[in-house]
Amino acid sequence: MNAEKSPDSRIVKHAVLGDMPAQKEVTIYFEGKPLKALEGEPIMATLVAAGVTVFRYTKKGSPRRMFCGIGRCTDCVMTVDGVPGVRTCVTEVREGMRVERQQGVGSWKVQAEASHAQ
Amino acid sequence: MRNDGKPAVVIGAGPAGLCAAIELKKAGAPVVLMDENAKPGGQLFKQIHKFFGSQEHKAGIRGFDIGKELLAESLRLGIDVRLKTEVVGIEAGLKVWAVEDRSKSYTFDAGTLILATGATENALSFPGWTLPGIMTAGCAQTLINVHRVLPGQRVLMVGSGNVGVIVAYQLMQAGAQVAAVIEALPRLGGYGVHTAKVRRAGVPFYCSTTIIRAEGRESVERAVIASIDAKFQPIPGTEQTLDVDTICLAVGLTPSIELACIAGCKQIYIPELGGTMPAHDEFMRSSLESVYVVGDIAGVEEASTAMEEGRLAGIHAAWAMGYMDETTMKTKTEETKTRLKALRQGVFGQKRFEAKKRIVEGRKEA
Ligand code: FES
Repeated sequence: MNAEKSPDSRIVKHAVLGDMPAQKEVTIYFEGKPLKALEGEPIMATLVAAGVTVFRYTKKGSPRRMFCGIGRCTDCVMTVDGVPGVRTCVTEVREGMRVERQQGVGSWKVQAEASHAQ
Repeated sequence: MRNDGKPAVVIGAGPAGLCAAIELKKAGAPVVLMDENAKPGGQLFKQIHKFFGSQEHKAGIRGFDIGKELLAESLRLGIDVRLKTEVVGIEAGLKVWAVEDRSKSYTFDAGTLILATGATENALSFPGWTLPGIMTAGCAQTLINVHRVLPGQRVLMVGSGNVGVIVAYQLMQAGAQVAAVIEALPRLGGYGVHTAKVRRAGVPFYCSTTIIRAEGRESVERAVIASIDAKFQPIPGTEQTLDVDTICLAVGLTPSIELACIAGCKQIYIPELGGTMPAHDEFMRSSLESVYVVGDIAGVEEASTAMEEGRLAGIHAAWAMGYMDETTMKTKTEETKTRLKALRQGVFGQKRFEAKKRIVEGRKEA
């Protein structure tokens, strides 16, 4: 109904919102794999566009994705640039960002880089 | 009246908070508007449907356009808007504890506090409810209308209230199929206009029906629904399986009262407006003299009523702080109240009007 999707689930044409405005692209790495992201969007949007269905696993191995989409529930947390537990629905993408699934509460992987991250 | 130079701090830059800050600033009062998000507007920007009400309520205008107008006005007025600023505490004497950019923590003395923290969507638990593909209706709405990505192809909508039917329609506008809308009550809950649009598109509605379970390995593949009896118990033999990859939950909202609790506002339980919320008077003042509550935190309604409540508080606070004379305050308050009353008419509105009256009664008792 009135909408056109790109192969990556982005809604490029919309009856009310109009055509998707041109936006600068950045690359993020999901589990090491490069993904095209749009500047200003949250990590969640990039992953949904790419068809990623599992964002993380609980300690017992049960899969999770997003639930509230606005930073309330923490269902969508992932390890971002080595920091576990980052809410991907309210964290904007950045060029070169590394996004990984975590199991349970995950673990910190930033020790070695802590000095240059500051 | 007091004018101690301390600013009014408005927490939450959604429709209610923006309007409160605008009224304060227009009166010349110092005001700081804080919001945890990177962008102001709250949930207005995902509302792409036209609002109801009369002309002066911006009826016929879409939510995101109202959002743009409010932002432009706050910019023009030069309001001090602090984004990515999370308020994590309120100490005695109205000391606000804020964390900026998830890294810098500071405290701040407020003369007046206006809490416009909104509401949180309710969850519903059933076997399989944690599977990827199950999300609140608001989550799906944010994905399609703000971020412009489609979370799935075939959707089951749980809940036929306004949020359920509006989001069901918007999911179709975004290119998804809606397999069904189910409702636990024996009758539909949403505005007729929106419900009819979804019906006309051929979507089946099932009343007295609930979701029994979601099935799938790593994400939703099927939903099993069934009819329920008068006691909300599933009727054996009525199960139906729907092939869906997404299940949206539109089962109500609860006021986000955390900060009001920390501040010490008296709470009252009003189920029709979402549960427990701070009691307030006709000027939106909580049980604490200098703390106001506006928008969904003060009872879940709509963006249009939230805006008027924000104005009421902004006007009253501007007067209380010594930036508006009493006559102006009274005139503006009456005008705002008249508009608010007009918004609370009709079958749905009247119920909310009565419920809001109980909140005000509740504050008197407290
Ligand atoms: S989906 Fe709820 S916090 Fe991200």
